[in-house]
Amino acid sequence: MTAIIFIVFAGIAVFCGINLVVQTHPIASALSLIGVMGSLAVLYLQLGGEFIAAAQVIVYAGAIMVLFVFVIMLLNAGAEAATFQASRFVKYLGALLLAAFLGLISFVIQGALPKSEGVIFGVFQGTTLDVGRKLFTTYLLPFEVVSVLILIALVGAIVLARKEV
Amino acid sequence: MNFLIISLIKAALVAFVLLTTLAYLQWIERKVIAHVQLRVGPYRVGPHGLLQPLADVVKLITKEGLIPSHVNKLFYLMAPFVAVTLALISISVLPFGPEITIGPVTTWMQLTDLRIGILFVLAVSSIGVYGVALGGWASNNKYSLLGGLRSSAQMISYELPLALAVAAPLLLANTLSFRDMVNYQSGYWLGFIPRWNLFPEILGFIVFMIAGFAETNRVPFDLPEAENELVAGFHTEYSSMNFAAFFMAEYSNMVTVTAVATLLFLGGWQPPFPAPYSDVIPILVFAFGGLIALYHGLNPARRMDKFTLPATALVFLGIAAIFGVSLFVPVLNTILMALFWFCGKVLLLLFVFIWVRATLPRFRYDQLMRFAWIFLFPLAMINLLATSLIVALTSK
Repeated sequence: MTAIIFIVFAGIAVFCGINLVVQTHPIASALSLIGVMGSLAVLYLQLGGEFIAAAQVIVYAGAIMVLFVFVIMLLNAGAEAATFQASRFVKYLGALLLAAFLGLISFVIQGALPKSEGVIFGVFQGTTLDVGRKLFTTYLLPFEVVSVLILIALVGAIVLARKEV
Repeated sequence: MNFLIISLIKAALVAFVLLTTLAYLQWIERKVIAHVQLRVGPYRVGPHGLLQPLADVVKLITKEGLIPSHVNKLFYLMAPFVAVTLALISISVLPFGPEITIGPVTTWMQLTDLRIGILFVLAVSSIGVYGVALGGWASNNKYSLLGGLRSSAQMISYELPLALAVAAPLLLANTLSFRDMVNYQSGYWLGFIPRWNLFPEILGFIVFMIAGFAETNRVPFDLPEAENELVAGFHTEYSSMNFAAFFMAEYSNMVTVTAVATLLFLGGWQPPFPAPYSDVIPILVFAFGGLIALYHGLNPARRMDKFTLPATALVFLGIAAIFGVSLFVPVLNTILMALFWFCGKVLLLLFVFIWVRATLPRFRYDQLMRFAWIFLFPLAMINLLATSLIVALTSK
């Protein structure tokens, strides 16, 4: 059962990822990215990282991507004109070569990695309690540094966007 | 297998009740607003317009579903679907009552309890904005686009105070599950003040409700569909069932917001008085309502009142009798009391939503944004900081 769910959502993630690049319209691409985020959240949930899954949906799909979509709508960006016309023969050959290339890469990576036990679903310590405890004890310094970094970015954005008085 | 069957029965029950509530919520809204404005509201279809929702459903289904020629068809059809799906899905993690045992079956009056139930509702509501934004954009219409844009900006802005207001009771109860949240609120201070989060978190409750109005695009924050500026905003180009889907999504979001407010701040199904006294209240309420209807039926002001009001009185007295019987049947008592207090609180908050719509004018757009960022957000922040300070000082 877990394997079926994994394959379905991993498939959706890959499909949306490819769709994101293939689509010419920015809104379609943005929606595909939301699809990727959503299916990744399901995969996190499957591993037992329930808090991470919820945060993924709330922060990425629900806040950041809404801003993306908002800006695309505000600028009313239209479909991108195709600049490169390839013949049908080149397209099919390209797809074949791409598949071969990806297979080669994954083969090499798998060979280079150390043998592992494989992922066991649901044993990952990812409840809200675990994540909170880790963030405020083991990883307190990186956590605070990142929040200061984000604050700097925020202040910078406001300074840059401010009208001259 | 047993679990599967029970879950299916519960899901069917919840879906049926929720959809009926959505249809009748609209009737209640029209009636309440009409009475606030000294009108009678829907009156023609059935007694006191009670069959009006049914007529509306038939009208919407049989209408032609127009697809304008200039729209982006895929996204145009996807938007109402996304809106209504995401609006209906949150009900699956909300509990309506405690654990009950009917014969051999022991189950919770809830579809499922997630350890991250509250985060789940927040996540679903944060994605819900895509329905409105996409609908506005795909319609390829200036007014719709403006409505969609306003809606996304508004929902991003008000999600912050909403989430901060939710965080404060979470700190008190130290849980993210709705079930544990309600259990935390059981019991009474000094024997008669309910231990609801409402009392320590009154500021949080107010912020939550105001942000809830904005999240559901209700008056006074209904800028995305401001009639006098934007025709009908994001759903201008929609007709038939597509329009009905947006409509259902709005009402369903209202039910979700009020139910979450009830669970987080008003103690869910916990009665406001200790047990033996609280059990009598539903009987008194329904019997009193029945007697009033009976009195007016015996002294009719209009011709039809001779028939309709005694019938209403009969229904009310019948419900009172059922509550009376339930005092001697423990299982029935648990179910009915939980439902009575939960639904009562939700309906009360829904009435506030409608009441506000009938009385308050709409905000201007800059006022709306200023209100969120300069007033509501700092208020929620202060509330959260004060709560965390108190929790830090009192916890072991």
